[in-house]
Amino acid sequence: MNILITGILLSGTYALIALGLTLQYGVARIMNLGNGETLVAACFVAFWLYTGFAINPLVGLLLIAPGAFLINLVIYLVALQPLVKRAKNRGQLEVDSILATFGLLFLLQGLMIVAFGGEYRSYTFLAERFDILGNSYGLNRIVAFVAAAAIAGALWFFLYRTRQGTAMRAVAVDPNSANLVAIDVARTAAIAFALGGALTACGGALISTFYTFNASMGVIFTMKALIIVIMGGVGDIRGAILAALILGISETLVASLIDPGLTLAATYALFILVLLFRPQGIFGRAPT
Amino acid sequence: MTPFTNDELKWLGAGAILFAVAALLPLVDQGFYLSLSVNIMLYAALCTAWALFSGPTHYVSLATAAFYGLGTYTVGLGIDAMPYPLLLAIAALIGAALAGLVGAATLRISGVYFVIFTFGLAELVRQLVTWTQTKFATAIGLYVFTDLFEQHIYWMLVALTAAVFLTAFLINRSRLGFAMQIIGNDETVARHVGIDTARSKIVLFMISGAFIAVAGAIMAPRYSYIEPPSAFNPMISFLVVIMALLGGTKRLWGPLVGVIPFTILMDQVSARFPNHTMIVIGLAFLAIVYLIPNGVTGLLEQARARWKARAARMGQEKAA
Repeated sequence: MNILITGILLSGTYALIALGLTLQYGVARIMNLGNGETLVAACFVAFWLYTGFAINPLVGLLLIAPGAFLINLVIYLVALQPLVKRAKNRGQLEVDSILATFGLLFLLQGLMIVAFGGEYRSYTFLAERFDILGNSYGLNRIVAFVAAAAIAGALWFFLYRTRQGTAMRAVAVDPNSANLVAIDVARTAAIAFALGGALTACGGALISTFYTFNASMGVIFTMKALIIVIMGGVGDIRGAILAALILGISETLVASLIDPGLTLAATYALFILVLLFRPQGIFGRAPT
Repeated sequence: MTPFTNDELKWLGAGAILFAVAALLPLVDQGFYLSLSVNIMLYAALCTAWALFSGPTHYVSLATAAFYGLGTYTVGLGIDAMPYPLLLAIAALIGAALAGLVGAATLRISGVYFVIFTFGLAELVRQLVTWTQTKFATAIGLYVFTDLFEQHIYWMLVALTAAVFLTAFLINRSRLGFAMQIIGNDETVARHVGIDTARSKIVLFMISGAFIAVAGAIMAPRYSYIEPPSAFNPMISFLVVIMALLGGTKRLWGPLVGVIPFTILMDQVSARFPNHTMIVIGLAFLAIVYLIPNGVTGLLEQARARWKARAARMGQEKAA
């Protein structure tokens, strides 16, 4: 039970990061491998706001999310949109975007290492006990989970209850047809990419409240987010949330029952199962 | 097998002479240049083996470090029990087996899954190796003591690179190579003319993986102390991708064009600005995508095509 709840709490932030990636890949068609660096940057900004200006990380989200939105919008317009225009087919865009975001990954990571050094950092925020069903958990983890759930709920509302969100889902299904019903595909894709970056940054700011972070840990989070996205099916919100839950719980299970050094192995075992049995994602339909 | 044409024989002869000249280097210098050349030869072998698979398929494989580390570990674990040449053969088998497993899981589906899977593969293998070692053995590191010196390693790498080149050359003129060409151009067409696309890709990936594992096994005596973080260094995978794409993967010798300058550049950067290696790698990736998408050989070929077109136009004008 203890493991289950820890796993669920962990999965809240995983879900946010994966939702960011699934928007970027599902709608904007950019496989953003530098996604983890957005997360780490958000960790550092949250750290800086809290230690430097005593700004509560939850309030800091109000600064971090719009900031990440703008930065990701600029990255998309400057660096990635030319690739979208240049690509002759989907495969070409995939290879180009993978290589370009690798470049971004290393560039950002290198800049952060130069700026902040390689050591681990953390700060104490709400490190109090909170009891659920007789076991105690860190209050910061619970707050992070609730905040993540609220943000995911807001995203769901946006995508399923507003015109803009519906347009975004239409582009995810088929950009060419979306164009025919008067949706500005290029603009929608740019906004989806920026929104994805903002979500990931929120995940990063929340993670920094209970996790020690350093400048080079982004890749691991990108990896996990990618696997969640594929498990859930590209562009699928429900799938991503369910996959994040499965990943968070199985990771906590392996870490507490077998060995904390094997969490990635657990992730990969899930990944292989998905590839072998449901490559289209948990809720995905087989391509006809 | 079809007999060699005159042109092909010329290329083979020129290649043999070049490798023979390269093998003479340890007689000239035993210090800095030899050690730099070991790195160049290593990456020449790795990049050509990488391009063997990733060139025609356009699948960016990041599994290099996993194969390389497994090769190193094979030697580390077996050096006290078995003769070294046997270990090289075992490393090749292990590399091929891992490539076969990864290929069977991912290459039947789309290319993105393959990239993502190989992205974390080295880290996965590293975790498994570390875990088994802490569980079943006492120490995490391994010592490798042999009577092989730098020049022996260099000669072995030259031989390996030559073997990779020869294999790639033979594959290119075989049925498998022809099949890969069609798959690379249009996979749907390939399937419709009766090519088993998944099988061809898996076989090619296994050959590539085996060569990379052997390269790791050859390098093991140079490290003398092997531990998981250095053997499964993910940087190896990324450097190989950059160098191969920088040179260009359309021609057999393309990766070589990227390997030589970039190895020297990385050597200088890591010696003088160790904190900035990441930034250099990031810029290199961006340069490849935005400035030279077809690699240096692509640029050369474009220039040659333009020059030929101009020569042809001049000829016409003269005739008229």
